Amino acid sequence: MIRQCTILFGCLALGELIVWATGIPLPSSIIGMLLLTLFLKLGWLRLEWVKGMSDFLVANLGFFFVPPGVALMLYFDVIKAELLPITVATVVSTVVVLVVTGQVHQLLRKKRNK
Amino acid sequence: MHGRTRYGTDGKGIPLPNHTQHPPNQNNNTMDFLKNDFFLLTLTFGVFLAAKTLQKKTGSTLLNPILISIALLIGYLKLTDISYGEYNKSAHLIEFWLKPAVVALGVPLYRQLSTIRKQIVPLVVSSLVGCISGIVSVVIVARMCGASHDVAISLAPKSVTTPIAMEVSRSIGGIPSLTAAVVVVVGIFGAMLGFRILQVGHVHNPIAQGLSMGTASHAVGTSKAMEVGTHYGAFSSLGLTLNGIFTAIFTPLVLKLMGMI
Repeated sequence: MIRQCTILFGCLALGELIVWATGIPLPSSIIGMLLLTLFLKLGWLRLEWVKGMSDFLVANLGFFFVPPGVALMLYFDVIKAELLPITVATVVSTVVVLVVTGQVHQLLRKKRNK
Repeated sequence: MHGRTRYGTDGKGIPLPNHTQHPPNQNNNTMDFLKNDFFLLTLTFGVFLAAKTLQKKTGSTLLNPILISIALLIGYLKLTDISYGEYNKSAHLIEFWLKPAVVALGVPLYRQLSTIRKQIVPLVVSSLVGCISGIVSVVIVARMCGASHDVAISLAPKSVTTPIAMEVSRSIGGIPSLTAAVVVVVGIFGAMLGFRILQVGHVHNPIAQGLSMGTASHAVGTSKAMEVGTHYGAFSSLGLTLNGIFTAIFTPLVLKLMGMI
């Protein structure tokens, strides 16, 4: 447990350090995620060292969004003012991204396998 | 999604829980208890647990536990007249785990590394095309429906995690707080209906489905993909990463080409 936390927070801290040092416009958590993958790949970390904790966190990822979601109540006024365009655009565009990404991927794979 | 500006996307650690917040008030003792830190934490956990059980029992994707919990908690806070700031004094302890959880997505990603390597070109290209089509479509549709210029460009980075989306929004002259709110909505929408939309859109390949979920609806979509299977979740993590990077790089460029900034 302690080792697992050390590793996960360590990757996050390294991510923060990289953001601070380079000013790269990416969140530290995404850099930490890539670092964790890299360290596992390089064999510097063993899967058993992070498995329990990371499986737990990943399985409950959705729950951690509840408090930031409750923050929606702060933005009711802004959203209410242009509710229709915001809703329509968001829904349409999300459908577009889902289908376009998936279709392009399937198409490229088919081409490759031919 | 992680890190409201208040606690910083720079993650300075856990702010200390506040124990001295409730001065004794003789007229209003119940009201004080209603905003007790542990009571609010229990409520947040309990509401989510109940919502999750409800979804399991009914098997309905529309009863998304995140959405139901958010709605019930907002209702509770409005009814009891507790501000979000007061709620967040304890709730940030939950939100805090978002960042480590995103780091933990490195594990499923690592497990799928060999598949990713074999398909790196289709994965990167399709995520890039998805990113650009998302930015262009959201801005055009918003303008067509009468959104103001500032609101329309605030929607441009809607598909990626909050810290990236807010940063991009700020850099292009949007309204970061509006962007943050829309990002949450996009995530929940993707988690609720994403797989169904993919079915209707004839996207059946599991890798394509996972990638699309992460590309379109970031970590909330990924949490849904993870429920369906770790294989889906791994490619969803990849999608959210790739789109996060592409959105940070290409949003200003695309908006300039569209004549929006």
